[in-house]
Amino acid sequence: MDAIAQFISRAILQGTPLLYGATGEIITEKSGNLNLGIPGIMYIGAISGVIGGFFYQNGAQSVDPALAVIIPLLCCLLGSLLTSLLYCFLTVTLKANQNVTGLAITTFGVGFGNFFGGSLIKILRSDVPYLSLVKIARAYKTTIFPFADDMGSFGQMIFSHGFMVYLAIVIALVSGFILKKTKAGLHLRSVGENPATADAAGINVTLYKYLATSIGGMIAGLGGLFYIMDYSNGIWSNNGFGDRGWLAIAIVIFSIWKPSMSILSSYLFGALYILFNYINVPMTYIPLIQMLPYAVTIIVLIATSIRKKRENQPPQALGITYFREER
Amino acid sequence: MNALELKNVTKRFGEVVANKNINLTVQSGEILAILGENGSGKTTLMNMIAGIYYPDEGEIFVNGKPVTISSPKDAFNLRIGMIHQHFKLVDLFTATENIVLGINDKHKFNLKDAAKRVAEISAKYGFDIDPKKKIYEMSVSEKQTVEIVKVLYRGADILILDEPTAVLTPQETEKLFKVIKKMKEDGKSIIIITHKMHEVLSVSDRVAILRRGEYIDTVVTAETNEAELTEMMVGKKISLNINRTEPKDSTDRLIVENLNLTNADGVKVLDDISFTAKSGEILGIAGIAGSGQKELLESIAGLINSSKGNVTYIDPSNNKNIDLRKKTPVQIRELGVRLSFVPEDRLGMGLVGNMDIIDNMMLRSYKNGHSLFLDKKPPKKLANKIIEDLEVVTPSATTPVRRLSGGNVQKVLVGREISSAPTVLMAAYPVRGLDINSSYTIYNLLNKQKENGVAVIFVGEDLDVLLELCDRILVISSGAVSGIVDGRTAKKEEIGLLMTKAKGAKENEEQKN
Amino acid sequence: MKNRKIKTHEPLFHISKRTDVSRSKGIIIRIIAILAALIVCGIVTKIFTGDDPVSIFKTIYLGAFGTGRTLVTIHEIAILLCVSLAVTPAFRMRFWNTGAEGQVLIGCLSTAMCMFYLGGKVPDGLLILIMTIFAIVSGIVWAVIPAFFKAHWGTNETLFTLMMNYVAIQLVEFFLKVADKSGSNVVGPDLLTHGWFPKLFGTNYLLNIFIVAVLTAVLYIYLNYSKHGYEISVVGESENTARYIGINVKKVIVRTMAVSGAICGIAGLLLVGGSSHSIDSNLVGGRGFTAIMVSWLAKFNPVTMVLTSLLIVFLERGADEVSSKFGLNADFAEILTGIILFFIIGCEFFINYKINFNRNKKHVKEDK
Repeated sequence: MDAIAQFISRAILQGTPLLYGATGEIITEKSGNLNLGIPGIMYIGAISGVIGGFFYQNGAQSVDPALAVIIPLLCCLLGSLLTSLLYCFLTVTLKANQNVTGLAITTFGVGFGNFFGGSLIKILRSDVPYLSLVKIARAYKTTIFPFADDMGSFGQMIFSHGFMVYLAIVIALVSGFILKKTKAGLHLRSVGENPATADAAGINVTLYKYLATSIGGMIAGLGGLFYIMDYSNGIWSNNGFGDRGWLAIAIVIFSIWKPSMSILSSYLFGALYILFNYINVPMTYIPLIQMLPYAVTIIVLIATSIRKKRENQPPQALGITYFREER
Repeated sequence: MNALELKNVTKRFGEVVANKNINLTVQSGEILAILGENGSGKTTLMNMIAGIYYPDEGEIFVNGKPVTISSPKDAFNLRIGMIHQHFKLVDLFTATENIVLGINDKHKFNLKDAAKRVAEISAKYGFDIDPKKKIYEMSVSEKQTVEIVKVLYRGADILILDEPTAVLTPQETEKLFKVIKKMKEDGKSIIIITHKMHEVLSVSDRVAILRRGEYIDTVVTAETNEAELTEMMVGKKISLNINRTEPKDSTDRLIVENLNLTNADGVKVLDDISFTAKSGEILGIAGIAGSGQKELLESIAGLINSSKGNVTYIDPSNNKNIDLRKKTPVQIRELGVRLSFVPEDRLGMGLVGNMDIIDNMMLRSYKNGHSLFLDKKPPKKLANKIIEDLEVVTPSATTPVRRLSGGNVQKVLVGREISSAPTVLMAAYPVRGLDINSSYTIYNLLNKQKENGVAVIFVGEDLDVLLELCDRILVISSGAVSGIVDGRTAKKEEIGLLMTKAKGAKENEEQKN
Repeated sequence: MKNRKIKTHEPLFHISKRTDVSRSKGIIIRIIAILAALIVCGIVTKIFTGDDPVSIFKTIYLGAFGTGRTLVTIHEIAILLCVSLAVTPAFRMRFWNTGAEGQVLIGCLSTAMCMFYLGGKVPDGLLILIMTIFAIVSGIVWAVIPAFFKAHWGTNETLFTLMMNYVAIQLVEFFLKVADKSGSNVVGPDLLTHGWFPKLFGTNYLLNIFIVAVLTAVLYIYLNYSKHGYEISVVGESENTARYIGINVKKVIVRTMAVSGAICGIAGLLLVGGSSHSIDSNLVGGRGFTAIMVSWLAKFNPVTMVLTSLLIVFLERGADEVSSKFGLNADFAEILTGIILFFIIGCEFFINYKINFNRNKKHVKEDK
């Protein structure tokens, strides 16, 4: 029983960065921008938070839990925002190819993260031996539900995590609500489906693309921050984040562009990611299990395109640069 | 007081004057029909009222006050709404979602309330739409209804409908007109653009006629008749002095029998079309744009599969019949049928804009020979020959064709298509957008083909040209043949009447009787 | 006539597509962008190292072409160029293949498997032939699967090929576990002892470089002078025209991706058989993605790609040198590459679009 509870608990932790990334990418893609820079943005979000936290932890006399959370959080949001704006500037304003721009952002972002992760101490000529933000991580990992301990293994499985686990769910649910039920959501979806129609209806296509991509990027950046501050206990290791950014993009397809679906899919993918630790398979077959999320995503992609159900398709103008005079 | 008044409105696109000193009035509670041939400037004029274009000169008054309309938003604010020919709807959204899209008022966003209002409007005017139905599940007429409700929802008093009946069945048209009359009773002003004479006569209070960008007159519908309107629309015959020879040794070359085609929206675009194209003559095809000309030629050329009927080619070398239906362009060529086709969309279909003239020459012939590689010598020779023979103005044969002017692009395309010594040559609007000199070059080329014994099929829009160039003229209306006339004896008005005669009109009358 | 003042809501400028930029002007705009990017790179490097700019660029140059480095640099260029060649046919057709990484990796895997299982059992010459066949076929299979679904059902090729990368990575991981029971993350030259490419003139890598040079020429000819290449261009430019002249679009999509996949397979072969003699899941090292940018920057022209891959490799190797000299992290190269890419991506706008200023234009017309 405890093993299962522990498994689910770990799956949630594994799934949370994916959930941030997937929610961010869904919002972005709903505006018609296929941001393949999301993996890079998650790295930048993570390292921005780390840099902010590093300055605070080493500069302040004592670490105040609230500030320890807020400072890295704001730095993370700022870093992801600036990167997203760069993507928008290139693809929306300068009408560059989205695939090329996104991949360039990812190259840049991963390099940026690893460079500062590996060289920050050197650049600042700091005397700390390695990049570790244990004190800040403690603030992030503090559970917000004090009653969790009294609820046995079940309670711990669900309620013992840091606030960012729940924030991810809240953001996904709110995003789903906004997309489905509000005017802004309707307008955003129309921009991703048919920008010419949206334009003719008086919707500012450029503004919506910038907003959605920036907000989506910031949410995705939080996934990187969570990974460092909570999952890795504040310790940066280069390339530690791995290919989770691409996995997040896979979840977008798997969840057929629905944020509420992405909650379950993220945890499912998280579970698949660590499943090998909990079942008795020979080491050799572990990669085949880790392949599952991608294989399943491909099957979903094929199935949706063959079934042609309109509601399950990617936004119609996804990846296409909108230029009004080309109508 | 006039709901809308235009005074001396002029709009130019570069050198072309699309509208010249147009004066127009619309009263409240009336239906004004705008009648005119293709290219007479109807849609441009309406787009200025709807805020899509901005007039170069002139004034617009709404309810007696001078106004500036520089965006669709301005038009909305003046309670003017336009239903475009090409719908602007998001397929994935419901009717209601499309209707409220882009509205920024102070009301709380509530789709349920909006759906209720949509239902109210529908009930009031007798529309039949389900507010929750998605656009992609709808028929064309339902989509059009959504567009109309969209305009009404925003509170329009002046509605402009741009060729609303072009995509509708006769029954749907009937229904639409009932709605329009109801809106009129409600005090709204309606401007309707149409080519169909019986519709003008049955629905409008007054008719304004445009011809070649100029305003001709406005007449009260009750005081006029078909013949008078047609004459105003087509104008007096203008002599063009196109040289026309008598057909020699004319024999049947291409026989089309009962061709039918239904498009993806379920609309019948070709309705039992039958005709014969003969060698050594030019067969003209006249009709309002979008009456099925494009589909007819593409069906013959093997680009689309017609649903019923026969296309038979008679081989001049042995008089054998060859069935062309359900064949691809490649199969048609492999059967030894020398069919050339100058499509309407020159740079989107007939030529590749980013390729140079030489590479474009190869489109038809690149497969020749067994080599894996392209043989660039013949196309190069051909390119230079066409440039010289047809006086194509270009820096060189290696210039991308998109950089050439319209006339030169057309010379390259027609030049290539006649270079393969065709026995059938189909040309869709080959002089559209061309200046006088280039147009005459094309007429001469077509005449030369005719003299060489080619069966030429010429789809045109200018009746004067059709009457001077063609030996016989097939008139189609709403995808059906409405008549075949002799190019030498036919009257312009006669063709005008045939063009605007809808097959549905007859049926409706029969139903009433 | 009426000379009423017209209030316009039009913005100050309006952007239109342009088609009339001459080749030389386009090149000048790109050179300016690269120079501007280099200046920014210099400033960034200065901030992190404190070194003076001239010395920085000297270090970068020595990093790429210093003593004993030139051959490795040229080999790096050749490998990147090979992958870039691979993605090009599909891109000319507007098929957005983001799966070159996986297609190359699967070529690596097939090569390594041949070396591992057949090494020593068949003569080396035959082994290399078998490796070549398997690498090419596996690359084709990996590329054709998404192409088939795209051609028949319109399945989104960008997302499909992207996912295929990670399936390939896990397959490699699986092989690593099977081949090396010690649990190491790499199967090295100690296990892949046979099937090494012969040295040309006693020099490593030369055969690889030679193969890629030939491949560049062949692909250039294929794209520009063959009937297939012509069909690719027509399908990429306009599907309507392809229909008009009777090209079977589905067939062309699948066939072209097969060509792409085959070249990716060759790239994998060169990586394993011709240089590293080892395999790990990061062997391709992002080249599949970098190649997309190399190909795009070169406007899908194989010969120009020699220059664009040179630019990228030069910068990466140079930046590596800078970072090792100053004890910084090696990922510094990625930052500099990113900066250069952003500038070049951005500068395309000024080649493809024209900014027209509307000021006073209307009023001038009014006076007539």
